[in-house]
Amino acid sequence: MDLRYSESDEKFRAELRAWLAEAVPAFGPPPGIHDWAARRLYDTGWQQKLFEAGYAGINWPREFGGRDLSATEQLVYYEEIARAGAPYIGVNFVGLLHGGPTLIAEGSAEQKARHLPRILRGEEVWCQGFSEPSAGSDLAALQTRAVRDGDDYVVSGHKIWCSFGPVADFGEFLVRTDPDAPKHRGISWLILPMDLPGIEIRPLPTLMGESDFSEVFLDNVRVPARNRVGAENDGWRITNVTLRFERGTAFASEMINLQQTLAKLTAFAKRVTSDGVRAWDDADLRRRLGHLAAELDALWAMVKLSVCEAEAAGIPGVGASAVKLFYTELNQRINEVGMRLLGRAGLCRDEIEDMPNALIAGRSLQSLSLTIAAGTSQIQRNIISERILGLPREPRPTAEKAKPA
Amino acid sequence: MNFQISEDQRALQEGVRSFCEGRLPDERLAELAEGGGFDRALWKDLAELGVFSLRRAQAEGGLGLGFCESVLVFAELGRRAAPGPLAWSQLAVSLIDGVAEGEVVVGGLDLTGGAALGPHLLEHLDHVDVLLVMDDAGLRRLDPNAIEARPVEVPLDPLTPLHRADSLPEGEWLAGPDEAARLRIEGAALLSGQLLGIAETTLLMAVAFAKEREQFGRPIGGFQALKHLMADMFVRQEVARSAVYAAGATLDDPLVGSAPRAVSAAKLVASEAALANAHACIQIHGGMGFTWEVPAHYFLKRARVLECCFGGSSEHADESARHLAERAEALVAARA
Ligand SMILES: Cc1cc2nc3c(=O)[nH]c(=O)nc-3n(C[C@H](O)[C@H](O)[C@H](O)COP(=O)(O)OP(=O)(O)OC[C@H]3O[C@@H](n4cnc5c(N)ncnc54)[C@H](O)[C@@H]3O)c2cc1C
Repeated sequence: MDLRYSESDEKFRAELRAWLAEAVPAFGPPPGIHDWAARRLYDTGWQQKLFEAGYAGINWPREFGGRDLSATEQLVYYEEIARAGAPYIGVNFVGLLHGGPTLIAEGSAEQKARHLPRILRGEEVWCQGFSEPSAGSDLAALQTRAVRDGDDYVVSGHKIWCSFGPVADFGEFLVRTDPDAPKHRGISWLILPMDLPGIEIRPLPTLMGESDFSEVFLDNVRVPARNRVGAENDGWRITNVTLRFERGTAFASEMINLQQTLAKLTAFAKRVTSDGVRAWDDADLRRRLGHLAAELDALWAMVKLSVCEAEAAGIPGVGASAVKLFYTELNQRINEVGMRLLGRAGLCRDEIEDMPNALIAGRSLQSLSLTIAAGTSQIQRNIISERILGLPREPRPTAEKAKPA
Repeated sequence: MNFQISEDQRALQEGVRSFCEGRLPDERLAELAEGGGFDRALWKDLAELGVFSLRRAQAEGGLGLGFCESVLVFAELGRRAAPGPLAWSQLAVSLIDGVAEGEVVVGGLDLTGGAALGPHLLEHLDHVDVLLVMDDAGLRRLDPNAIEARPVEVPLDPLTPLHRADSLPEGEWLAGPDEAARLRIEGAALLSGQLLGIAETTLLMAVAFAKEREQFGRPIGGFQALKHLMADMFVRQEVARSAVYAAGATLDDPLVGSAPRAVSAAKLVASEAALANAHACIQIHGGMGFTWEVPAHYFLKRARVLECCFGGSSEHADESARHLAERAEALVAARA
């Protein structure tokens, strides 16, 4: 039960910090949110820089261009990246944080060699095609069909909420390869090249006013069977590997960002007055902020614990659900206090000088997605109560067949 | 860094766990509540186990361990609501002879930050051989027999008997304000361990009951409203565990961070976890939960006792806010 970073961790920190101090200011500000092409260029450009400097894939095996550093060096990495205000992982999210890690754990040698180095170099952008209009929380009810035809699968169906769809080169797609098997046993996990004929991507505006996710229509898309990861119909097991990565450490740098958001709010509360009284002198508000800071410290300790456990076990445990649930709800609570503190200034999403209004107003909206994406909070509670506490499972009326009646 | 519990620590934890489960089953808690809330023989055995001498150097007859081990052990004590001034006695081990062996029981009163509301409420006055009083000026030792106090007839926690005293003699000064402040932080860490144990045990009780009890023809643990209550209990427990372990690790190695900050965070989230989990445990037991027979109430009541010792939640939230303000100032300075 030791929290001391080793000398080599600290050496790594010092090098990274020095590099970031030069690289971040030189890289310039991000483009507008609506310009997808520029966003891709910016996010992958930063990834390229990281790669060149030796800071890509810090926990990935060396043979794929990673650095194979320890779990604690990863934590140092997240801490420093956030501290330096480095560009957000952006369009590289799926490839780096759960697609790539799934290939490392389950992919064939050829798949690893083909994709992992390119993901690390920022040459390949990935998206996730799991959800469907009638298969969200009940993901295993998915109906996108893949029919084997020679060396190909012919895939038809409708995916939704696919983030980064318009700029992705590849997608991790779940398809049904055996419609007659019980629904969890007829699924396969495919690497889908997004430029194949028969794929249509239609962006959907989010409540932020941006088109961060899309619908994907697949009409007789021919996908080589060698793009399947794992055995045919074993996709559900692999999906759970992906989801654990997605729920596990994927949020680490956002958590550090959240600490900074809370510090910014505090700086604001110490400055802003109403009727001559400083917000910070309101004991109730001050303690609420103090309590949130304590919860953030606890959360970071929880991440350290789960990262150390994941390193021992190879993949994040189901405990990742507890981290995800706590982090996402805490994020919302922090932004809620921020909005209360801002009052009417929070109605304006344009920057007002010296005010964190644009940041908080944006985050308070954005944070609403956190308890929905990657498995809703209700689903995380089901997982914790069933798989960790051993309580009876939810009724599964559609358990047997995936075919619509 | 390896934040996981080591094998030795796990063995210590398991040893104390099986001792406490053996000596403090539910029936024993009920007997103790009847019998005044203290068991001197148990105290001696806890001393033998090393509860008080855990952090003492091996050369002085202790186990030479640290706060990491202490919070683990205190979590086990909390899990079975072990009675008595456990934290005070561990804190006093190097100040007062006979504590390590369990021959001298040391209790205490924390008056830091000005007088508390109402008269002084002294815990376990009939059971302690030495009473420590901590305030902004430092730490002093009092002879319990020299205190004029009368028993409180109905203490909130039947396992924490109270006396009230309107005034206290001065006693003998043992330490100045700095050492008192340090002991207070250490004490808060130990109590956080006990509070974590309460959060754990009330979750275990709730889950066991919910798997057994049937209504509407099925175990109530299958109702999603209850599953989600218990999932939230689990999250609170894990948040508290992480913060409490971090507090232990930070006290043992000040280079990893600010101990006052880590301890305040631990005390806050562990108090919340213990109180909320004990409450949920009672709710999940239905009418049974409101009885004396189901032991959930001992844990809720103990959580209240522990929450307001060595700084209540408001004080620790203020302390957390102070550290947060420092970071905010650093941020502003960095931007300027
Ligand atoms: C910003 C964002 C990005 C996303 N990106 C992607 C992506 O890139 N790729 C992808 O595949 N998907 C993506 N998703 C989809 C996401 O995974 C789903 O939205 C999510 O799993 C919920 O599914 P649903 O939207 O169909 O809601 P539903 O499953 O219909 O849920 C509706 C409500 O019912 C509740 N509910 C459902 N079942 C239960 C139950 N058994 N017990 C209790 N409550 C229940 C849910 O908690 C929710 O509150 C994204 C979502 C968002 C918001």
